Amino acid sequence: MDKYGIVFALLGAALAALGAGAGSAKGVGLAGEAGSGVVTEDPSKFGKVLILQLLPGTQGIYGLLIAFITLTNIGVLGGSSDFGIAKGLLYFAACLPMAIVGYISAVAQAKASVASMGILAKRPDQFGKSMIFPAMVETYAILALLISVLAILGVSGLSI
Amino acid sequence: MAMLQMQRISIYALKKDRKAVLELLQRKGVLEVDNQIEEDQVFRKMDVSYARSSFERNINAAKDASEILGRYAPEKKSILSSFEGRKVVSAEEYGGFSEKLEDALRVANRIIACNKEIGEGKAEILKLEAQREMLKPWTDLDIPLDLQGTKYTRSLIGVLPREYSLEELHQELEEWMPLHIDVISASKEQTCVFILAPKEQWEPVYEKLRRMEFAFPSVSADKAPRLQLEELRDRIVSIREEIRILEEEIRNFAGKREELYFLQDYERMRSDKYQVLGQIAQSNNVFVITGYIPQQEVGDLRGELERKFMVAIEVEAPGEEEDVPVILKNNAFAGAVESVVDGFALPAKGEIDPTALMSGFYYVLFGIMLADAGYGIIMTLACAYILFKNRKTIETGTKKFLSMFLYCGISTTFWGIMFGGYFGDMFDVIATTWFGVTDVPLIPPLWFFPVDNPMRMLAFSMALGLIHIMTGYFVKVYQLCRQRDYVAVFYDAVSWILLVASGTIILLSMEMIQNILDVSLTIPGNINTIAGAIAILSSLVIILTNGRESKNPFKRFLKGTYALYGITGVLSDVLSYSRLLALGLASGIIGNVINKMASMPAKSYGVVGVIIFIVIMLLGHTLNIAINALGAYVHTNRLQYVEFFGKFYEGGGRSFAPFTMKTKYYKVKENVNNG
Repeated sequence: MDKYGIVFALLGAALAALGAGAGSAKGVGLAGEAGSGVVTEDPSKFGKVLILQLLPGTQGIYGLLIAFITLTNIGVLGGSSDFGIAKGLLYFAACLPMAIVGYISAVAQAKASVASMGILAKRPDQFGKSMIFPAMVETYAILALLISVLAILGVSGLSI
Repeated sequence: MAMLQMQRISIYALKKDRKAVLELLQRKGVLEVDNQIEEDQVFRKMDVSYARSSFERNINAAKDASEILGRYAPEKKSILSSFEGRKVVSAEEYGGFSEKLEDALRVANRIIACNKEIGEGKAEILKLEAQREMLKPWTDLDIPLDLQGTKYTRSLIGVLPREYSLEELHQELEEWMPLHIDVISASKEQTCVFILAPKEQWEPVYEKLRRMEFAFPSVSADKAPRLQLEELRDRIVSIREEIRILEEEIRNFAGKREELYFLQDYERMRSDKYQVLGQIAQSNNVFVITGYIPQQEVGDLRGELERKFMVAIEVEAPGEEEDVPVILKNNAFAGAVESVVDGFALPAKGEIDPTALMSGFYYVLFGIMLADAGYGIIMTLACAYILFKNRKTIETGTKKFLSMFLYCGISTTFWGIMFGGYFGDMFDVIATTWFGVTDVPLIPPLWFFPVDNPMRMLAFSMALGLIHIMTGYFVKVYQLCRQRDYVAVFYDAVSWILLVASGTIILLSMEMIQNILDVSLTIPGNINTIAGAIAILSSLVIILTNGRESKNPFKRFLKGTYALYGITGVLSDVLSYSRLLALGLASGIIGNVINKMASMPAKSYGVVGVIIFIVIMLLGHTLNIAINALGAYVHTNRLQYVEFFGKFYEGGGRSFAPFTMKTKYYKVKENVNNG
């Protein structure tokens, strides 16, 4: 039974990459659809539209990051993977904020991004403000990332 | 703080100098026209809509023509050319264009006409091709499709909707024999047949065939299909040739591209000039222009106008209630982030320009979020190169934007050295993979690795955030003092500063917080007590005063209490700076991930491994710079807009929009001898 620790840890890492990645994929896709509409009308806005489309893409990267730190800490990428089930479950729990908040915030941020593209289409001079609305949503992805990172780094230092 | 002082200026001049004066003003570009003289018996305004619509028509023609030209003869442009800025032409060159105007307009119209003809030709070809397709099954018929018959016979030329052989048709039509039946072509979909029947037999045969869903061909021709097909082909060839000639003609206009651009700019300027002309008040001999001008430009403009023309100029300070436009004025270091302030809102009346204060924080926050010396050096060098290469022609806006990233790059490099990021851990990975070095890191961070000590980094981020927020409150104090609202200084700013400061001391003295933040401070008990007292006092001030606009004491108390609840907002503002840690870690760790992936195949594949390593490195780090620089830019803006500006700045000023040359391709340089 003790060997199952790494199973849970890896499950957590996979979930972080999976949830955040799926959210970002969905979000970037959503924003891309709206963006193509704006660019059809005015191709010169491509650069700015691309920035707005990319905003919900960061969650996927945060997910990757959490997955990667977990993988290096639990010895899947070399090193020792000698820990019990409790520690594995702790890793699993540590990955959850990123997995869940990553998914939800990416989709929500994409919706804000899509709305911001409306600003870009109608009031291109207000681009600075249009960027802030999606960025507000991202705050919560960043907070989740922070907690996941701190938790993983903390768990790896525990001796249980 | 750093905004140009505006003056209201009125220029009175003679009507005969109208054109020259307006052109001079447009070239100078220092005056925003804001006419406040109403039309009356003496002063009238001119109707310029007809002239303007003709200019707009020319602008559109030139625009369409250059677009078409770009399609047939693409302009060679490098990626970096968008930084080059407009080309400079002398005032003479600009003046001389009026002779070339007709020619440029003719070129533009000819290009548009050619393009239209090409379009028509292409449509014609499609039509002819369709006809050819329909005729093709009839190729083997050597009589015209619309042949009616001979003296005693009548023909049936048409299509049956499936494949028939000659025998099948003979069987089907057996009872009306003799008939001449030819199958011209047969495929699964249709069979083309030619049937010749004696005139008296024609009716019943046609009936029979109709039941077999016979249809006459949808094309008709008075020539044998083969000849017809050849004729169609010839026509298509000749139309193609025409199109080729027209395209060639368009391509030959490539040398006139500059003229088309110039035409656009020239007519744009004329259109703008006429717009102003429509706004100014004119009597029989005199006209008046009024507007806003930055104070520092007044002397220069006045001198030039008075030397050249007979004018009277009045300058006065704008009135209290006027909506005076705003120009930000900062030195090169701070001015680079003006676009960020502009992106939020320009300062409203009574507010200060926050650019200078913000700039230092901006660079520092950006640097911490990216924090990689390698990325920082690349950013710095790239921006410096572009700025240097185009130093003569670059537009002010582009220049400021690039300088902003230049300073951000320098800051990124600095924080990269502090936190030990050099393309993630690239040097360590190279050293351990190929040179067997085990003693990593090669270059230890000047301060510490945030990955090894995240709590320390978190504490640092929040401390920085606290400084940033406190600066915001102090700016509010300064601003309220300038507005002479001393009551608000104490109630709305100083009380909050005291509350946040004393609250911070109390929090820091708690053992739990000290443990979390991994710091050990011993705050003497009496300081702690004083802090507590100040916190309670300032809270009371806030509760009692922050609802002071309500007369009802109960409502006032409730509003004040709600205002005090805003302290949670300050707390979340400070926590918001934890993104410095998160984004800094993100760019660093993703860099490490790229390095790790790149080095994985390295050992087992020898030289190929080195190549794979380099390819993954280049792609990966390019992507990482792009994504994380974007993230750092967006989140630095957010910290400035929400956390910092939220404390003191609302904005709402109007940007200075001078009467100037809003050209796209050229800028006219004021001739030195001329001025």
